[in-house]
Amino acid sequence: MIFIMEATRFLTLDDVAPLARGCAVLGTGGGGDVRSAALAAGRAIREYGEVPLVGLDDLDDGDLILPLGSIGAPTVGHEMIHGDDEPELIRREAERLFGRAPAAVMPSEIGGGNGVHPVAWAARLGLPLLDADGMGRAFPEVQMVSMFVAGLPPTPIVMADVVGNVTTVRPVDGLWAERIARAVCVAAGSSALMADYILPVGEARGAVIEGTVGLALALGRAVERTAAPLAALAAELGAKILVNGKITDLRRETTGGFARGTVTITGVGEDRDRALTLEIQNENLVATEDGRVLATVPDLIGIVDTQTASAVQTEGLRYGQRVSVLAWPCDPLWRTPRGIATAGPRAFGYDLDYIPLEDIT
Amino acid sequence: MSDDGRAGSALRVGIDVGGTNTDAVVLDAGDRIVARAKRPTSPDVTGGLRDALDAVLAEVGERGREVGRVMLGTTHATNAILERRSLGRVAVVRLGAPATRSIPPLTGWPEDLRHAVSAGEIIVGGGHFVDGRPIAPLERAGIRRFLAGVEADAVAVTGVFSPANPDQEHEVAEIVREELGGGTPISLSHEIGSLGLVERENAAVLNAALYGVARDVTGALRDALAGRGLAPATYFTQNDGTLMAVDHAARYPVLTIGSGPANSLRGAVFLSGVPDAVVADVGGTSTDLGVLVGGSPRESSAAVDIGGVTTGFRMPDILAIALGGGSVVRDGAVGPRSVGHRLTREALVFGGPTPTMTDAAVAAGRGRVGTRPVPAGEDVARRLAAAVRRADAMVADAVDRVLFGRADRPLVAVGGGAFIVPGAIPGVGEVVRPRDADVANAVGAAVALAGGRFDTIVGARGDREAAIERAGREAADRAVAAGADPSKVEIVELAEVPLSYLEGPAVRVHVKAVGPLK
Repeated sequence: MIFIMEATRFLTLDDVAPLARGCAVLGTGGGGDVRSAALAAGRAIREYGEVPLVGLDDLDDGDLILPLGSIGAPTVGHEMIHGDDEPELIRREAERLFGRAPAAVMPSEIGGGNGVHPVAWAARLGLPLLDADGMGRAFPEVQMVSMFVAGLPPTPIVMADVVGNVTTVRPVDGLWAERIARAVCVAAGSSALMADYILPVGEARGAVIEGTVGLALALGRAVERTAAPLAALAAELGAKILVNGKITDLRRETTGGFARGTVTITGVGEDRDRALTLEIQNENLVATEDGRVLATVPDLIGIVDTQTASAVQTEGLRYGQRVSVLAWPCDPLWRTPRGIATAGPRAFGYDLDYIPLEDIT
Repeated sequence: MSDDGRAGSALRVGIDVGGTNTDAVVLDAGDRIVARAKRPTSPDVTGGLRDALDAVLAEVGERGREVGRVMLGTTHATNAILERRSLGRVAVVRLGAPATRSIPPLTGWPEDLRHAVSAGEIIVGGGHFVDGRPIAPLERAGIRRFLAGVEADAVAVTGVFSPANPDQEHEVAEIVREELGGGTPISLSHEIGSLGLVERENAAVLNAALYGVARDVTGALRDALAGRGLAPATYFTQNDGTLMAVDHAARYPVLTIGSGPANSLRGAVFLSGVPDAVVADVGGTSTDLGVLVGGSPRESSAAVDIGGVTTGFRMPDILAIALGGGSVVRDGAVGPRSVGHRLTREALVFGGPTPTMTDAAVAAGRGRVGTRPVPAGEDVARRLAAAVRRADAMVADAVDRVLFGRADRPLVAVGGGAFIVPGAIPGVGEVVRPRDADVANAVGAAVALAGGRFDTIVGARGDREAAIERAGREAADRAVAAGADPSKVEIVELAEVPLSYLEGPAVRVHVKAVGPLK
């Protein structure tokens, strides 16, 4: 049972734009487009009302959390936009499976459009949004979530597509979850809504990353009320600015369904004569300079417009853009052995040991 | 119009409507400029256009009868949207339900624009998946019921993945003709925009809302020409710097938005003969910097907002800085305030009281402008010299922003204030100052080619090569429809962007074709 206290904060129409800006930054290149997600969120708030933002402590241990996220190709999601019924289809299936209705929606992934869309889904369902997510950033694969790292089983996964098909999967582990969910998604036209790691509040402590919706909002707000957006963003994130420069080389290809690429950013101003290389697979994963690693996944590496501090997504990278590269530490859960095995450099095919950002000088 | 009137017609007129001035030029068969004029842009746009046209026609005198073509770059459509004026009411039909209902049509539009434009919206069953399968059968009866209940000047139709599967939009156009008669114009999204449903739909709706404006401006141009005994072929310039014939422009008026910067870039190529360069178009208040690659404007990757509405249009990538001939000089600063069109009353070299960038450039020996010398005095001289240093630093910084590491490219300076640009700029090969640079935009309109573009996804299923060839043919067909000579159309741009999270080698293909007018 949800008890909405007087002090409860509501996400309003005015919060959508800053939330979207913040989620784009936390997407570190991936997570899908925030613009259409922001349109959907704004429309849902107007249509169904404002959304309470709650923390784990506002809920009972037995309350069920419904983590939701879009799965599929961003370009497809931008063209074949979600319908209105998918969240309701998933909620009904979850209620059937667990014997009780979910009490709150949680973003599976705070980075990119997947951090903004849950506002629309929560509004549609008349549920509060949990101020937490399963990544603290964006990642490309289904098993790359904090709940997997914490050792929780992914089962069951519930997916709903635009025409109303509902698929429930009971995979044996997180890796199979990725494989089967991806296949279902392709059959559904490369876009679907998905709930995985549906879990009670009692199991969520230590398994979800708390405060990330609030963080995204704070990032968006910090950038909008200042004359020095880049400095404000770096301060709010506690980020290092790796370089201020412009994109002078850009190579990309799609292998096995994932966009890969290398971006070279040549320094300007005080950073003249420096050149940073970024390895990208949907998200920005490894930053090097003269062969020396400056930051690696799962720490976060963001590319932002130097003047506006707005995030540049992987598919929006262009020659000549003036950008700054920021790096900031990931959630401690990702730095555990299982976290590094799941989403460290080697999980993405780079023969590198993970070194925490703070230990690189 | 008769073909006889054009026989041996050796002259063509280029007109560009800018924010401050409307420029016109007349070019002869050898591409020589035989007349040129600059007139203030009037609030209704059409008045200034007539003035500029009259001025160049008066200059060529008897030879005016030889005018066979008129090319116009105008802000009529932009102004109509910004001022919510003369817009038609549009019935908006989207094919895609049950998909797409989380973002209904016109979501995110400014309330007053939506109020001015919308005659009603509906999302019906239809549309396609990325792999070409139908999402739902086309809901014909629902469309007929909707159309029976709306009072609309035009209809906009947008289907999910229509750029790859246009047949349904055509079928709906047939239904609209049956229900509303053949006189109601119909805007089909696949003919106007590219992938990205919301952006393409917005563009299709704006296009439908602009049919009345298009009728007015083409009518006004025709009347103005007829009143001077002329019946030339007329063309409008598009946002990518290419031309479309007047009947094409009447169907796609939204494509005329943003043609100004493209015109000035193309004019710079023509006047300077330099196909790869930075172009600085210096006006009274600001300077627009753009980049030419192989003679075409480099395009912006950011989404383009028109009147608060997001569209997927690709526009020339322009960096505007607040520096122009009229920029006011204060201690240690230049601009952003400008005396604008009052330059000839305000500037020191015209006997006015206000030190401007024009005065600073004259003092630095960069041009002879004005009616009197720069006033003597150590204080004035020091301030103007400081202003020149500051302005040069602004130009150098802007050039560095738009170039990417290639230090050898020339800079072509055009526009009325081009003389304030220094003769040497760090990172630039040389500074080129072509003749007639102050009417480069009108020249750009007169020398543009006809163009067409096409954008689609080539999926995992089917033959990639064949699909890309089909996309190329579609772009070429569109260039021909816009007025290009079919035997001379060529593909000038073919971009493939791989898509993530799709099975197999799916790519987004973008093709642009251009050709000289037939």
